[in-house]
Amino acid sequence: MYKIVSKKVLNPTVVQMEIDSPLVAKKAKPGQFIILRVDESGERIPLTVAGTDKEKGTTKIIFQVVGATTEKLMHKEEGEYIADFVGPLGVATHTEGIKSVCIIGGGVGCAIAMPVAQEFHRLGAKVTSIIGFRNKDLLILEDEFKEASDRLVVMTDDGSYARQGNVTVPLKEMLEEDPNQFDLIITIGPLIMMKFVVLTAKPYNVPVTVSMNPIMIDGTGMCGGCRLTLIQDGKRVMKFACVDGPDFNGYEVDFDEAMSRGRQYYDFERHAYEETCNLFKKEVK
Amino acid sequence: MANMTPKKHEMPTQDPKVRAANFLEVATGYTLDMAVAEAERCLHCPTQPCVSGCPVHINIPDFISKVKEKDFEGAYKIISMSSSLPAVCGRVCPQESQCESLCVRGKGAVPQKDENGQLVKDANGKPVMIKSEAVGIGRLERFVADYHNAYNTEKPAKPQPNGHKVAVIGSGPSGLTCAGDLAKLGFKVTVFEALHVAGGVLVYGIPEFRLPKSIVQKEVDNLKALDVDIETNVVIGKTLTIDELFEDGYEAIYIGSGAGLPKFMNIPGEGLKGVLSANEFLTRINLMKAYKDHSDTPVNHSKKVAVIGGGNVAMDAARSAKRLGGDVTIVYRRTKAELPARAEEVEHAIEEGIKFAFLTNPTKINGDENGNVKSITCIKMELGEPDASGRRRPVEVEGSEFDIDVDEVIMALGTSPNPLIKSTTSGLDTQRWGGIIADEETGKTSRDHVYAGGDAVTGAATVILAMGAGKKAAAAIAKELLK
Repeated sequence: MYKIVSKKVLNPTVVQMEIDSPLVAKKAKPGQFIILRVDESGERIPLTVAGTDKEKGTTKIIFQVVGATTEKLMHKEEGEYIADFVGPLGVATHTEGIKSVCIIGGGVGCAIAMPVAQEFHRLGAKVTSIIGFRNKDLLILEDEFKEASDRLVVMTDDGSYARQGNVTVPLKEMLEEDPNQFDLIITIGPLIMMKFVVLTAKPYNVPVTVSMNPIMIDGTGMCGGCRLTLIQDGKRVMKFACVDGPDFNGYEVDFDEAMSRGRQYYDFERHAYEETCNLFKKEVK
Repeated sequence: MANMTPKKHEMPTQDPKVRAANFLEVATGYTLDMAVAEAERCLHCPTQPCVSGCPVHINIPDFISKVKEKDFEGAYKIISMSSSLPAVCGRVCPQESQCESLCVRGKGAVPQKDENGQLVKDANGKPVMIKSEAVGIGRLERFVADYHNAYNTEKPAKPQPNGHKVAVIGSGPSGLTCAGDLAKLGFKVTVFEALHVAGGVLVYGIPEFRLPKSIVQKEVDNLKALDVDIETNVVIGKTLTIDELFEDGYEAIYIGSGAGLPKFMNIPGEGLKGVLSANEFLTRINLMKAYKDHSDTPVNHSKKVAVIGGGNVAMDAARSAKRLGGDVTIVYRRTKAELPARAEEVEHAIEEGIKFAFLTNPTKINGDENGNVKSITCIKMELGEPDASGRRRPVEVEGSEFDIDVDEVIMALGTSPNPLIKSTTSGLDTQRWGGIIADEETGKTSRDHVYAGGDAVTGAATVILAMGAGKKAAAAIAKELLK
């Protein structure tokens, strides 16, 4: 059992928790993920590490309520326990030799992008961050990004806060202004956003790393559920996000396949989510 | 005088129609009378050919003698001297290609007699011969282990600690065996398991209807009673490395990390929804209990399923898909004779209504407009010259392509080794294909004090071979540390 040491609600559907997990905290690097189970009948879900406190022995996770498991997790309180917490898994984000980086986060993906930005900042790289949200209510981690970035652009889809538009708008402007200003673009967020970041960057030949978050079960290189396709020199190559990723060269990822595969259990998940919500509503009554 | 019936006593099973819709154990096990009567069939040959066919060299004739005497606990003690997991092996070992393949009773044929003891003759007046069968060693082993588990109340004596610490990576059959043998010698053993529950392939791979999880749990509990610590949720190579384990004071390490990433065919359409590895399908069902209503983990209940492959994993996947309501076809590129699966599993699969498309190989998977599988295109094969493995190589029959309509395709083609330990352990030599290089007799690797065995070394193989490797390594570790 793993204790929830702290819990903080960042916006109505996004929650931050620190989990007592000294072994994970000691090892985890930005870009890596953990797998957790909320309770004994729970499914295993991957969540990217949002930070660690090595002295306290805690690992920070930030998650959005999107289904039954995250709904159950959100209802857990500080001091309570979750059944399982294992990691760190996956390969950490490569940072060597990068002097200027553009970090692009979308929605809850910003929770994963944030420690990556902090790491580059710590290493002395010039950090430009572009973070996007659907609206003002969903904005998270603005202060943290401000601190870790030399330049920060906040975007909202509906213009209810900061600048209106997609994250690709300021990216294109920056690349137009000086296509050589970034050694690397790292983007983390919805697949469709990452796909368009890649398309936007392509004409300027700037390398793009994308962080993939497919369906996983074991997360240790056993089940193959997290597989995705890279297109390398015209050939389709199968990779496994849990051990080969989660970071991949954005120009090689077959996003359309990844988006399709991400919806494999959509009906089951919707149904489970509704049932879980109803359960909690009953409890509230 | 031995019981000279030519046939083994049949294993009682659930009716195929009934069991094809439930996940309860298929074979219900011998009764006491059946077990004694089957034991009577053993001739106690002085040369004991069966023993040499057992990878852990159980003294088979001796345990069978005890069964004859109805001293089942005595029989269990004899088996336990060689095997840590008798209830498991009695169920999942391929006995027909091991101990039972060498049994004298399985050689030759005897004339058939009717109920009155008269010879049965054919149309030409010649006696009808029936092929005689080996003693049901596996069934007896299972009976003895189940009897022990049901009636034994004695706790195993805790061994005197010898002051040495050993780490075992992986809690599958290989790791559990190695840990058990070492613990019995007084070693302080910690088993590290990546998943949330111990048992490895016995819990994530082999289905409940073939190996109930309560039996695995019992074996794990037996180890805990010997003071073995089991640390779940620790991925060696990630959470901790081999080097850190040595820093923590472990004097030897056994790597039994098992199979790794599933293999696919590299044909078009493998990214479609509804294509998955047998590992994923079985993990959802077994480890995550997706066949039960209250599980949070989804699994498809597909109507028409193709399972590609012919091994035990293919049978397990096919029979699980059947139990979820599917019409299941196993697609295999060779013939029934070459199926690598355990004979009993093939028979059970056929009884349960699994179809087989032999001499058939998929060439592509076709999807609908939503990215879901709708059919597979296959090509007919014929057997050509024998290849390096000695099996006749299947060759495509040109122009013989045809489609099978399916909504799910499960790939059961084996696995390649997990890269996590290899990539974080310097000085650990591996084969080109990724398997850890280890001495066959001792499990010694290229790193001092590091041993390995099971699927991590051999690639996908059987439970009993993994156990055998764990056993040999335990002996070698004891020899090294106690010298």
